[in-house]
Parts: sequence; C-alpha cells; structure tokens
Amino acid sequence: MPEKIPAGSIGLVKSSTFHFDQPLLLACGETLNAYELVYETYGELNSARDNAILVCHALSGTHHLAGYYSEDDPKPGWWENLVGPGKVIDTNRFFVVGVNNLGGCHGSTGPTTSNPDTGKPYGPDFPMVTVADWVESQNRLTQKLGIEQWAAVIGGSLGGMQVLQWSIDYPDRLRHAIVIAAAPKLTAQNIAFNEVARQAIRTDPDFHDGHYYEHGTIPEKGLRIARMLGHLTYMSDEVMAEKFGRDLRQDAINFDYGIEFQVESYLRHQADRFVGTFDANTYLLMTKALDYFDPATEAGSGLSAILARACADFFVISFTSDWRFSPQRSHEIVKALHDNDLNVSYAEIESHHGHDAFLLALPQYLSVLGAYMDRIASECTK
Amino acid sequence: MSLSRSDFRIICDWITPDSRVLDLGCGNGELLSELSNNRGVSGYGIEIDDKNISQCIKAGINVIQRDLDLGLSDFDEESFDFVILSMTLQASNYPHRLLGEMLRVGTEGIVTFPNFGNITSRIQLGFGGRMPVNRTLPLEWYNTPNVHLCTLKDFEELCEKLDIEILERRAVTHDNKTGPGLNLFPNLFGEIALYRFRNKNA
Repeated sequence: MPEKIPAGSIGLVKSSTFHFDQPLLLACGETLNAYELVYETYGELNSARDNAILVCHALSGTHHLAGYYSEDDPKPGWWENLVGPGKVIDTNRFFVVGVNNLGGCHGSTGPTTSNPDTGKPYGPDFPMVTVADWVESQNRLTQKLGIEQWAAVIGGSLGGMQVLQWSIDYPDRLRHAIVIAAAPKLTAQNIAFNEVARQAIRTDPDFHDGHYYEHGTIPEKGLRIARMLGHLTYMSDEVMAEKFGRDLRQDAINFDYGIEFQVESYLRHQADRFVGTFDANTYLLMTKALDYFDPATEAGSGLSAILARACADFFVISFTSDWRFSPQRSHEIVKALHDNDLNVSYAEIESHHGHDAFLLALPQYLSVLGAYMDRIASECTK
Repeated sequence: MSLSRSDFRIICDWITPDSRVLDLGCGNGELLSELSNNRGVSGYGIEIDDKNISQCIKAGINVIQRDLDLGLSDFDEESFDFVILSMTLQASNYPHRLLGEMLRVGTEGIVTFPNFGNITSRIQLGFGGRMPVNRTLPLEWYNTPNVHLCTLKDFEELCEKLDIEILERRAVTHDNKTGPGLNLFPNLFGEIALYRFRNKNA
C-alpha cells in the first residue's frame, strides 16, 4: 500500500463503460449482438480533438494504464512508468485512452459476463476473438468518444499487434503507430508455449470444459502453471541469473519438492498474484488471439503488401534480450514499412530485462519514446 | 544553411532534389534534416549509437538503429537514388563489402572519409614514427573507432577492383579552404576525401 499516491502519478482515476447495441460480426463467424467495453481516459481532449492517444494492452493487461483507484490501492495501472503528467506519454499534453479488450475479464464483455441468451456466464461459449475484432470494437469506441483520428495508437507485445492491425484496417484513423516489442505473427515456438499453457488449464480437473463457474471451482493449478510458463518467457536468462541465480531460500538443500530455490518462490508468488485476478477462459482466448494474428497471410499476401495499406508514420521499438518477440521480429516489420516508403524509425534498446522491458522505465527507452512523443505533441493543436 | 561539416555542403550539392536517399551512419541526422527540409529528399538514416538515435528522432527524421557491419540485406535492390556513407567507411569492418552493398541498394554512392595520405599524417608517421593524431584523426590508435584508414589512392584502387566508376572526386580541408596545392596534390593536402560513384556496368 503506498503511504500516499506518489508525486508524478496521475493520481486517482476511475473507469467508464460504453454499451454497444450494434451487433459485432467476429472473424470466427459468430456475432456479438451487444457488448460493453470498459475504458479509462487521462488528460483532456483538446478542442480540435487531435491529441488523443490509444494504448492497446497485452495478454494480461487491462484498460487501467495509470493511476490508483483509491488512496489505499496497493498498485497503480500497468503502464504507470510511462503514462502520467510530465511522463513520456504526457497526460498534460495528450488525451490518453486505455480500453479492456473484448473477451477480457476486467469489465469488458467476456467469458465471465452473463450471456443474455442463457442468463449464465458465457464461459467457454464466449466466441473466439481476434486482433482484428478488437480493433473493430476499439474503432467503435473511438467514434463514441468523438475522436476522428488518433494522434497515435501505441502498444507493446500483443498491444503492438493491435497497432499494426489499426494501421492496416483504419489507415486514416491514426497519424502515428508505435509498435513496441511486437511481431507480425507468432513463430511455431511462440504458439507451442501458448499451447502448453492452454493444456495446463484445460486438463485441470477443476476446469470442467470451461464451465467451472457453475461448479464453483477455478482451474487454479492449470492457470498457475500457464502463468509461470508465460512469465518465464517474458524474462531473459540473464535477468533471472541476476535476480535469483541459484540462491536458496534456506541455507541448504532439503532433498524434497518444497520451495528450495529463490526462483521457485518467485514463480509461485507470480502465480498466486495472477490466479486471484485473471480468468482462465480469458487467458485461453487471449493466447488464441495471439496465435491467430497474421494479417499478411490472412490477406493472402506478404507483410509488405498488406502494410501498403498503411499511411501512418511508424515508430518500432525492440529490446535486445527479448527472446519472445526478438529484435529480428521487429526488423521484419521495419522492412515491410520501408518497402512501402513509409516514414519509420526503429530503436533497438539495449536491455537484459527480456520481453518485460517494454513495461519498464529504461533510460534509452524513455529517451527515444519521449523524443517521438514530443514530435507528436508538436503536431497537435495547442 | 548552416551545416557543421564541410563534406556535408558538398554532399548536399551532389544530391538531386526530391530524390530518395539512404544515409549510412547518419549521426545526429544533420545531413538528412537539411536534405529533407530544404531539398525535398526522402529516405532513411541508419545509425547504431543510442544518443544519435534519440537526436535523430528529435529532429524528426527516419532513423533505423542497425549495425552497418551486418549489411543492408533488409533493403531491396535499387531502393534509393543515393546511398551516403559519410566519415564512416574507415570505421566499418568490411569496407569493400559495404561499397558493394551501397551500389546494390542504390544507384549512386557517396563516400567521404579522412584522408590518411594527408601531409600532417605522413609527417607524424614518417618522421615522428607514431600513429597520426590531428584534427582529422583526433583519437589515439587505441581508442579510435577507425579500423580501415585509407588514402585517396587506396580508395581509387579499390574502386577499380570492384568495378566501380568514380563520377566525381573532391578533396577538401576542414575549413573548406581551396588552393592550387589542393587541386594539384589532393592526396597530399586534402584532409577529407569525397567521392560520388556508381557501378561501371550501370
């Protein structure tokens, strides 16, 4: 619990919800007749409505980018490091919007929401959603907010994939696309990690084919394993060596299966924190959305051909020790962009923090992103 | 125009307005800014240094963080009208390969480098018996990034070997002084060498 809310934070924030009645046809063929999106906004939309920034979240992210919900809220939003007054994504200059994606478990319509047809939670019957479906729903929110064009759409990891999709599906609705620690599609290895996570959840006896709400259970064991595995892939070997090494919790090994090494304790702690806040069906959906993302193949063309539709200016950022979405994956994006003569800058940030680096306040990261955001701000109406 | 380096002024004159340019080792983006702001040039800079990347982004130019020694394989053939390599050739690990890459992705190449054949360097090495340290080569042998220093003659010999046709050559001093000595003996009095070139069979 923070003693008091730290200076530099946006402070106390609250979420809002929009209800949508216009049916949404999803890529999987199913239709959501009505749905809700929960979102948060920070800063003021200027009179020209040209200073709006959309931040798309990653697998376990939410609409809660920054700030605290109450004086004794123990944790700020997930991108507190970057979003706030005077910060890199400066809420004094920009109107920043975070939205919880469809299928999520933090307020937007998803598996935990009551299905109007049955009166029971959707559970496993919630339709598969894709990155393109999210962008479509976010575009509807954009219209509700009275924003014609985003000054920038920004996202890391799965969020970066949404930024790419925005630039392809609604090219004239964003001036800048900031794609951080992302990839144009998953590799076999990426999909394999997701599948192991899904199997862990789906084979948990408490999963009940996804109907666990009715059984009053949570597939906790499976979700824990999924999170531990996922978390491992967000860190580098180097940062784990530095954080934990082979340190033991006690002085000597016990020759048993309890928590002996510090790294085991850390993983279990991460799992504990996750199971209380995240829904297993949502986790399954999010990993599928990741697996399916491949706008180039979907369009039957290469990445360069599909990005020919884009007209935003791009800023692509990767981190040297990110092995989940390595710099090489960002190179593919950058190449497709300069193949189309689009304005693109690319920074490869030296960091040993692995994939998670995009969440951190690393000096060079802040420096380049700050410089780019200054440029965006200079183009907005004062 | 207030460009900080004398080679930049000549490069600007060599570049056709509204052309597409790739600037290898673009530093803080000064040259590309000038070219795009005042000559309608578009394109990208490639740079490796973190501070320079930040400055390029501040200046609003397209910069891609990349090690030039890894080659330009992400760029397709004939993507640019000009590929510039200013004061960087001597610091690259494979200058001959880089020249080949420049003319693969671009129609013309422009290279500038410190002339190791300059009289000051010759005297420092020939009579002093030590590696030259002067205003063109300000660092000591042990901390200089320059690993492939050459003279005008060396460079022209390499071009011949690589079937590169030299279209224009200039030798200048840092303060852009000219004189009969410089014209007659560019390899002796030139501090900075500038070349514009293309493939012979182009």
